[in-house]
Amino acid sequence: MLVLELKSEEAVLEIDRLKVNFYTYEGVVKAIDEVSFALEDGDTLGIVGETGCGKSVTALSILRLILPPGRIESGCILYGTKDSCIDLAQKNDEFMRSIRGNDISMIFQEAGNALNPVLSVGDQVNESFLLHRQQELCESVLKRIAEKRDRLSVYRRFLIWRYRRKLRKAEGNLLKDRRYGRLLKIEALRWSVDLLRSLGIPNPDEVVKRYPHELSGGMQQRVVISMALACNPAVLIADEPTSNLDVTIQAQILQLLEDLKERYHSSILFITHDLGVVSEVSDKVIVLYAGTLVEFAEVRELFKNPLHPYTRALLHAVPHLGSRERLESIGGNVPNLVSPPSGCRFHPRCPHVMDICREQKPELYRGMEGADNRHLAACFLYQQEGVA
Amino acid sequence: MNFLKKRRIVLDFEQHPRLKEFKFSFSKILRNPLSLIGLSLIFLFLMIALFAPLIAVPDKPEEPFRIPHEGYSVVPKPPGPGHLFGTTTKQYDIFYGVIWGTRTAFRIGFMVVGSILVIGIVVGSISGYFGGIIDEIIMRITDIFMALPLLILAMAIVTALGRSLDNIMKSLIIVGWPIYARTVRGSILTIREEDFVRAAQAQGAGTLRVIFKHVLPNAIYPVLILASLDIGAMVLTAAALSFLGLGAQEGYADWGQMVSLARNYIVGPQGQPFLYWYVVTIPGLFILFFVLGWNLLGDALRDIFDPRLRRR
Repeated sequence: MLVLELKSEEAVLEIDRLKVNFYTYEGVVKAIDEVSFALEDGDTLGIVGETGCGKSVTALSILRLILPPGRIESGCILYGTKDSCIDLAQKNDEFMRSIRGNDISMIFQEAGNALNPVLSVGDQVNESFLLHRQQELCESVLKRIAEKRDRLSVYRRFLIWRYRRKLRKAEGNLLKDRRYGRLLKIEALRWSVDLLRSLGIPNPDEVVKRYPHELSGGMQQRVVISMALACNPAVLIADEPTSNLDVTIQAQILQLLEDLKERYHSSILFITHDLGVVSEVSDKVIVLYAGTLVEFAEVRELFKNPLHPYTRALLHAVPHLGSRERLESIGGNVPNLVSPPSGCRFHPRCPHVMDICREQKPELYRGMEGADNRHLAACFLYQQEGVA
Repeated sequence: MNFLKKRRIVLDFEQHPRLKEFKFSFSKILRNPLSLIGLSLIFLFLMIALFAPLIAVPDKPEEPFRIPHEGYSVVPKPPGPGHLFGTTTKQYDIFYGVIWGTRTAFRIGFMVVGSILVIGIVVGSISGYFGGIIDEIIMRITDIFMALPLLILAMAIVTALGRSLDNIMKSLIIVGWPIYARTVRGSILTIREEDFVRAAQAQGAGTLRVIFKHVLPNAIYPVLILASLDIGAMVLTAAALSFLGLGAQEGYADWGQMVSLARNYIVGPQGQPFLYWYVVTIPGLFILFFVLGWNLLGDALRDIFDPRLRRR
């Protein structure tokens, strides 16, 4: 059941039939079951779903940060262009470290928790630079030393020797030299200040010296975003970056992400449970339910014409500003993923349930309206339209 | 020189938050009378230890820890000129003994607790961070140590290694590290689930970097407080072992050993039970105040480091 339509030339990140299990005491939790999607270059892909449907697990598995007892059972995480793509699911930890933060980085859910309380903001932002930009930092430091005309020529010569050596090491093998040296750290801190300034943080020279608890929620979120963006990653995974902020700050952060996407040509994987936010930022949306992909569509198409019964129910459960209609809740409960329902995982709650739903797992079918190839739903209602 | 000026931008000490926090901590110690007493006691003992060669001039500079004695009479002499605190059995000078004993006490306290701290932090970090089978094995080993009474186990180890002060220290290290490993492991278990650890990993930080830069600084305070309380306790235990006759050889400047020497004179002859009060009281008071000082200081440190009590 290859989802050929999803494979495209422009895809920068592609997840193919990813399966993640958690081996807990109560049994095997099938957290992600054969989820496939592609993130196209320069796009924003929204991942929508309720709590516990596997949004964050998907994000963490892309970075291979699933901790035991969780394990990626099967599937590919393809990163790169069509000609030279790598399967991240097969790579070792050393390689993943050079990818994390450099090519793919992540903005975490709660900014307050994603910052280390005992380190100053500067120390945390410059970590990305120190880990991935050692070579450039060394060059910059050497340039600075060369510019200086001071009397401490012996010390200067020592510094030049030291950072040339470091530069050679950094060129050879990345991430090997873990002793950075003062000047390198200072240089990284300078870069951090510039970065924070470019993210619209007022007074960045002061902010780098502060500790996370001294900043407001919006500022913390900006710092977290700056940590993720430090090395201009090709893919940015934003895991509910605005869920704990009030709406005005939320709007600012969303605007910021939009601007940054333009500036750095990043692709964003935007995870949220907030349908309003998704309609604002995303180009395409996938809907997850209980660890399975239920629908994929362009964002307008999804809101105009939801196909899957779950998506429809989800959209009905969103309050509309100004309307006094009763909100509809979805009957039943989210299934226990240790023993998920057979066939389609949504069938116990589905108003259109058929016999086949109980027995077979639906594949992704093309939408009813036919014409649009890019609207897929995993539901037998659309079976006659053909496998996508 | 220009170069150095530039650097000051980053390390602006007036503004540096860590220094500001330290100042706040220090002002908190000074505000609490009990912690002030603890701090002064420790400071006093530190001065005694530092200036021991000036306070009690050694006869033989090559072995200053040997307490000088005049004669071999077993009956203690009361305080008087020449012997400020009197003499104990076999005429060992008590004043000299307690002054140089301060150095021994600090040596025991720092060496034992320092080693325990290092071992406990390393073992506890490994156990807590990696978890799984490694954790299981290490924790079962600590269980074995903690199942046996601390003092009895220490005695058994000293007896096996042979009687000396160094062996007392070794045995205390062997007996003491499991509690530290457990404490560190416990706090690491809670810290490693925090989002910022994931965030650091998502930035590309390696295991060692995550442990030392992100996890340990958050997890270390409980064990540091434990250590400051334990310096006194370890000196007390060492004194107990010395008293039981497992410590240094006779005449070595060590408080426990001095009490042990005076064992037969704790109670005076019939009708005069307090005749030889000074032989145990003086070294005993030194032990008491030393331990008290560390305990008060440890309490103060707990008040300071515990974020819930800190900003009161």
